[in-house]
Amino acid sequence: MTALFVVLGYAAIAIFLVGVLAKVWKYGTTPSPLKIPQTPAPVTATGVPVRMLSEVVLFKSLFKSNRVIWLAGYVFHIGLLLVVIKHYRFLFASVPAGLSYFDTFEMYPGIIMMGGLGLLFLLRLVVDRNMFISVMTDYFLILLFISIALTGTLAKHFYRVDITQVKQFMMGLISFSPMGENSAFPTETIFIIHFSLVLLLLVYFPFSKLMHSAGVFFSPTRNQVDNPREKRLVAPWAADISGNTVVSVKEEAAEAPGQA
Amino acid sequence: MADKEATATEEEPKVLTDLEKVGEPIVPRKKPNEIHPDELTGSIKIPKVQEGTAAGNKPYLCKSENMEKLGFPGDLREDWHDAAIAKMGDLLEKYKSLQVYMDICVKCGSCTDKCHYFIGTEDGKNMPVARAELFRKVYRKYFTTEGKILGKLAGAEKLDLELLGEWYSYFHQCSQCRRCSVFCPYGIDTAEISMAAREIMDHIGVGQKYTNDIIVKVHEVGNNLGMNPKALKATLESTEEDLEEETGKKIRLPLDEVGADVLMVTPSADFFASPHVESLLGYAKVFHQAGISWTFSSAASEAGNFGMFIGNYGQMQKVASRLTDAINEIKPKRLIVGECGHAWRIAYSFWNTLIGPFDSLDPNFKRPQHICEYTLDLVNRGAIKLDKSKNDHIIPTFHDSCNVARGARMGDKPGGQFTIPRDLIKASCNRYVEMDEETIMEKTFCCGGGGGLLTDDLLELRVKGAMPRMQAFSKVQESHGVNFLALICAICKAQFTKILPKYGVGMDVAGGVHQLVASAIDLGAKE
Ligand code: SF4
Ligand code: SF4
Ligand code: SF4
Repeated sequence: MTALFVVLGYAAIAIFLVGVLAKVWKYGTTPSPLKIPQTPAPVTATGVPVRMLSEVVLFKSLFKSNRVIWLAGYVFHIGLLLVVIKHYRFLFASVPAGLSYFDTFEMYPGIIMMGGLGLLFLLRLVVDRNMFISVMTDYFLILLFISIALTGTLAKHFYRVDITQVKQFMMGLISFSPMGENSAFPTETIFIIHFSLVLLLLVYFPFSKLMHSAGVFFSPTRNQVDNPREKRLVAPWAADISGNTVVSVKEEAAEAPGQA
Repeated sequence: MADKEATATEEEPKVLTDLEKVGEPIVPRKKPNEIHPDELTGSIKIPKVQEGTAAGNKPYLCKSENMEKLGFPGDLREDWHDAAIAKMGDLLEKYKSLQVYMDICVKCGSCTDKCHYFIGTEDGKNMPVARAELFRKVYRKYFTTEGKILGKLAGAEKLDLELLGEWYSYFHQCSQCRRCSVFCPYGIDTAEISMAAREIMDHIGVGQKYTNDIIVKVHEVGNNLGMNPKALKATLESTEEDLEEETGKKIRLPLDEVGADVLMVTPSADFFASPHVESLLGYAKVFHQAGISWTFSSAASEAGNFGMFIGNYGQMQKVASRLTDAINEIKPKRLIVGECGHAWRIAYSFWNTLIGPFDSLDPNFKRPQHICEYTLDLVNRGAIKLDKSKNDHIIPTFHDSCNVARGARMGDKPGGQFTIPRDLIKASCNRYVEMDEETIMEKTFCCGGGGGLLTDDLLELRVKGAMPRMQAFSKVQESHGVNFLALICAICKAQFTKILPKYGVGMDVAGGVHQLVASAIDLGAKE
């Protein structure tokens, strides 16, 4: 059992990391031949991170657009963030100071996360426009997240799975000495389900729309500086067809993250 | 009897070629008198999703002769399927926007009620994300592991003739106005996807008549309206005479004057279409009053550039490069662009890339400069005087052209594209009324005719797509007696002139910002 999950665990993490990095590499290296910031946009490079942060931290454009979708999405992401933080003890041998504060939230982060997910699911069912655009994988991802949150909550708070054992297994994985005496895979069913679903999520992640988490930083309408009259942008392929001079990729990259 | 039978067999439905199948509307196009716009109530309602209500909207196909002139195949390619997928792969490598936007849409639904064509036609496939999905389906099928393994479950689909027909329809129901992008958490710009789709279609022999004919006209004659230099000269001369009659002043409309300080580039519609020409008179009066030497150019007698609408970088650059010739010939110090939405986006955002850097121009001025930037600056410096009382019969509101609002800027500060035209209107008129804030500035609704859709074969779409703007306008018309819709776009002007009467509003309500300047400007003081 332990050996099986060690292999699956490493495989999933490897697929996740390689997959995500490959995508990020692709987003980072595909050129932008034209200036297409969605204006009004920052006119200096320093304004870009501010704009980006307001989107990533506050979901500003979504808020402007639709408060219900914003609420559903925001609640889910906040819940997810707290839940991920709450897993800190499985990642650090000695727990960093302050993190145990998150334990006082008990099971609420998981419930918040499920609440947001439930609302997102409901929106797909009751709003005809959302229904129209949804396909199987859209429903599946929400259900996958709900299942992960639910099994996690159950494992921790109802079945009281042995935390120490989970920790030792995880530490074994992280320190690349997985088959140690104390790091056997916990065999409670609920934990096995929870862990397997997380592995499934990791494997599916780089191939799915979850790549929005990285892709958002590469969106040219949001990460470009509004300075086309002052600063000339030419992509190498466009220079080839026109005999234009090439602005060095370095120069471009210095201007805004991910824009080269 | 026998005779009748014979005729019946003769009238057997004509067998359509594959190309005709793609271009043929699924339901017949409506005649102008069959198009019934919504009633104007002043409020914009989000409709229930319908299926296929807009499937009849397909523009005419471009004839092979003009396709070939642009370097595209004259007929649907034998290997169109493989060629389309190959072109898609090519674009995915060339455009970060396309690559990233293919992957990161979470189908949150935020953009679904933001497109004027969806609101107007109620057709679900006119929701921005649904439009993009027509492209994404194919992307998933051929370019993603997810789509290859999960197929339909992941929304992946093979590109067949039927889907190509949907592409032809729905990617020509996007005015590339970018309103959806404003409301998307990731800024996904459906305009980028429409452009890519049109580029792919052109490459397999499926082109749109209106856009492609116009590009051919620019290459062959020099402007969208197909006016040769001689005709242009004659028009300008007769307009000059009219102007002298009207004002008693010798206000010039110079053409090709080598050594002029300012080279003025404007959409060719300004030269004679109505109400466009009223703005042209405005430019001329402003230059006259400022005492600056300026000229139009016959080489660059078109500011518009339909290369953008068809998503073709090469065509866009070729059209833009006419300006390089004009600059080399006339050797101006400054470059000023007239009232045109997409033209200003291209001038502001793309010219430097396409045909820059403008090293021969005076660096003390923006290169290029918008006519509104230029005129307002003169007003602020007191170099020209505007007598607002001359416009007291006018209660204007301003329609932000989407290409200017969301794809460009004026002035030094973000949002100058909103304040500068408004300040100019306010400097020309005593009164000014703003439309509903959900329909202006960065949230502006397109006029319904942008993006290469300003053609009569898409009239129904244009009428319906104008609905949100018409509702917002009718609201201020009712509440504040607004009687002038101020515009800074040649396409907007043509579109509204045609569409306003359909909604029962007089077409003289639409006009340019410089039309207001033209009637307010004080022509005496300086002489
Ligand atoms: S708003 Fe953006 S992410 Fe949401 S459905 Fe529309 S395109 Fe997709
Ligand atoms: S760009 Fe404009 S026309 Fe096109 S889908 Fe978006 S909102 Fe609609
Ligand atoms: S015609 Fe005017 S409103 Fe319509 S797309 Fe162009 S700029 Fe926008």
